[in-house]
Amino acid sequence: MLTLQKIPRSIFALLFILLASCSVQEGNVDSGNRLGILHYGNGSEPQGLDPHVVTGVPENHLVRALFEGLAVKNPYTLEPEPGVAERWEFSDDKRIVNFFINPRARWSNGDPVQASDYVWSWRRALHPEMGNPYSYMLFPVKNAEAFAKGQISDFGKVGVKALDERTLEVTLNEPTPYFIQLMDHYSTFAVHPPTIMKFGASTDRYTKWTREENIVGNGPFVLTEWKLNRRIVVEKSSTYWDRNKVSLNGVVFYPTENSVTEERMFRVGQLHYTASVPLDKIPIYREMENTPYVQAPYLGTYYYLLNINKKPLDDIRVRKALSLSIDRDKLASTVLQGTAVPAYSITPPNTLGYDPPKLFGYDPEKAKQLMTEAGFPNGKNWPGIEIIYNTSESHRKIAVAIQQMWASTLNIQVTLSNQEWKVYLDSVDQMDFDIARRGWIGDYVDPNNFLDLFISSGGNNSTGYADGIYDDLVLRKATKASSRELRYQIFHRAETMLMQAMPIIPIYTYTSKHLINPSVKGLPSNLMDSLNLKYVWLDNLKKEER
Amino acid sequence: MTRYIIVRILQALPVILAVITATFFLVRMAPGGPFDSEKAVMPEVKAALEARYKLDQPILAQYFSYLSDLREGDFGPSFKYPGRSVNELIAAGMPITAELGLYALIFAVLLGGVTGVIASLRPNSWVDHIPMTLAMIGICVPSFLLGPSLVLLFGVHLDWFPVSGWGDIPGDKVLPSITLGAAYAAYVSRLSRAGMLEVLSQDYIRTARAKGLAEWRVITRHALRGGLLPLVAFMGPAFAGLLSGSFVVETIFQVPGLGRFYVQAAFNRDYTMILGTTIFLSTLIVIFNLLSDVLAAWMNPRIRSDLLDHD
Repeated sequence: MLTLQKIPRSIFALLFILLASCSVQEGNVDSGNRLGILHYGNGSEPQGLDPHVVTGVPENHLVRALFEGLAVKNPYTLEPEPGVAERWEFSDDKRIVNFFINPRARWSNGDPVQASDYVWSWRRALHPEMGNPYSYMLFPVKNAEAFAKGQISDFGKVGVKALDERTLEVTLNEPTPYFIQLMDHYSTFAVHPPTIMKFGASTDRYTKWTREENIVGNGPFVLTEWKLNRRIVVEKSSTYWDRNKVSLNGVVFYPTENSVTEERMFRVGQLHYTASVPLDKIPIYREMENTPYVQAPYLGTYYYLLNINKKPLDDIRVRKALSLSIDRDKLASTVLQGTAVPAYSITPPNTLGYDPPKLFGYDPEKAKQLMTEAGFPNGKNWPGIEIIYNTSESHRKIAVAIQQMWASTLNIQVTLSNQEWKVYLDSVDQMDFDIARRGWIGDYVDPNNFLDLFISSGGNNSTGYADGIYDDLVLRKATKASSRELRYQIFHRAETMLMQAMPIIPIYTYTSKHLINPSVKGLPSNLMDSLNLKYVWLDNLKKEER
Repeated sequence: MTRYIIVRILQALPVILAVITATFFLVRMAPGGPFDSEKAVMPEVKAALEARYKLDQPILAQYFSYLSDLREGDFGPSFKYPGRSVNELIAAGMPITAELGLYALIFAVLLGGVTGVIASLRPNSWVDHIPMTLAMIGICVPSFLLGPSLVLLFGVHLDWFPVSGWGDIPGDKVLPSITLGAAYAAYVSRLSRAGMLEVLSQDYIRTARAKGLAEWRVITRHALRGGLLPLVAFMGPAFAGLLSGSFVVETIFQVPGLGRFYVQAAFNRDYTMILGTTIFLSTLIVIFNLLSDVLAAWMNPRIRSDLLDHD
């Protein structure tokens, strides 16, 4: 008979069996180093793998493992280097570029990659029915924008032609210095036409061609397993033209949307690499010897949008006073724990050699003086304004700090309002705010990607700022500049105008933050936080060295 | 009995239709849409996407079109995951959530049932006070605190169990199941203690004891059946609650269940996914409540004979 006294012993016996059965086995990192498999925290479950449908960082990593662009970014220099195209040539007026397809470039089913695949794919990427959010990446191509907006329906008028199987001729509207960089953006990638057509119409978003049993790509890896919300496994492609350079035998991507869990997975050796690091863990990792924490400048700016159509922000003196009374150094070192660089302009510093103007700093006295001139001496007559931000602890902390800085320097009342993500997006879109937090991550390394946000008709402007001279500088004068130096001077002028008008308050430049196991090599930090798996290899270090 | 079940099913249908209608119109009223993003989407692109998913039609037309698809069991395509249907996403997540829910329930019933019964045998002694205090703590501690604590202790420091995953590494199902089941174990413990205490004071138990039956036979043969009746009534809604409330645990442990899709769908305004999961889960809740009522009726001799008489 089971008596009360016997129960604890039997429970312990059961527990012992249970624990013995799940005693710790070889972790992912150990087995990965042995087998050449990288275990990669990828942030979240991707929306999909169709290069002409998806947007987002996790999708970018996956799509660029499975597909390759005409040119790819070198992860060390970010300069373009040959991808599917073995070389390219510009015409003298820089309006025509010919891409010469590598004869060894193959789809994963063995078909050769041809110039006509690009013509077919770009028609797909630009077609209005496709609803590709990144179709604008191809807008430097002649008539591409008109085709994407349904103004012309004849794709033959768009500036892309297959001269022969291996030569792709692209005609540009204007000389576009960053055009080759765009060839590494997934929205400009070719897809395999027969595979797409096998599962539906060319512009159908809703087909099964990206499933592991169907997908055909041309990248260094092929998809072998896709378990929703669990993992995506890719292995080295046997048809990739540069396969000898690929060291990894495979990569397992994990949808690690919870950064705290991700950090724990890293700690117990389940991951080689994390997509992010929880802010409160950073000081602990920083103090470690041989720390796996890696932080680097990132091509993105965190800023506040000011609605300059509303009082009192329609007064430039008020906008300047608000900006001058933010102590960005203090914010970066305290609230942001040294993970951000103070920003005084929209374009991040050293964007491929471009350095933005710095017109102001922290100047509380000048801020007070401007507020007095604007009719709000020591906060008197201040009508009150509101900062909106999407619900997030870090946005809240920043807003609280800025609220306090404004209260102590200018003696003004500012209320904070956190909104659920889509509500916040709707408020910004409708310009239903006084001040709204915003972040912008560059799609390519060029000041144009930041400065064209604030052209009068810009969909991301959301401030009410409109200046014909600014538009002319960014849209026309810069594109016609004969040299990079001249072009940067024009951008500098435009950005100076922008920061003098102050429709935004730049706060900080982002940094990328990851935990990377020391056995991972060939994964350098760069401004785009760009991953090129072709370069990555695993050093089979002894456990104690890790 | 059959008539009772049929009547209960007929009562459930309007409830489900009301859930569909309310959810359909409520999600449309929420600000923002499925295709809004931080980087502004070209108006032409947005219009094309809305046309593709019939969002350009009048809302009533959309509603009836949705109901018509639903009759064939088609929840439609997901907006957030192009190329995946809502049916497919539910089919991928549901078995995992159900498995997690089942293990959590087994854990809850075993731990809660045993401690509850033991506590009821020695009321107001340490055998009673200790489990009941722990049960009260169990009810109060939220899973977002218990989960990470268990992970830190058993996953990171002691290295006994994996810190995340589901079915990938041996033992990775243990901590999520315990975390999800803990609060329910506490409820079960208190419910079974209360049920047993009530039954143990009944005349027929006294009679059984008077006949000279061994105490453990009195408990197992006579008291348990009546004493655990409240538990049966609790289990239906509890399992439904475990299925629909597993989001936090799934997020903490990276479990690829339905809960993560459900909550993400609401944030993404993935209309079809919100509707699909809500309809699916509410139907399950109705079914489990029904099953639980039928089982409780069957276990209770008085109600059972009433129902059998009607048949």
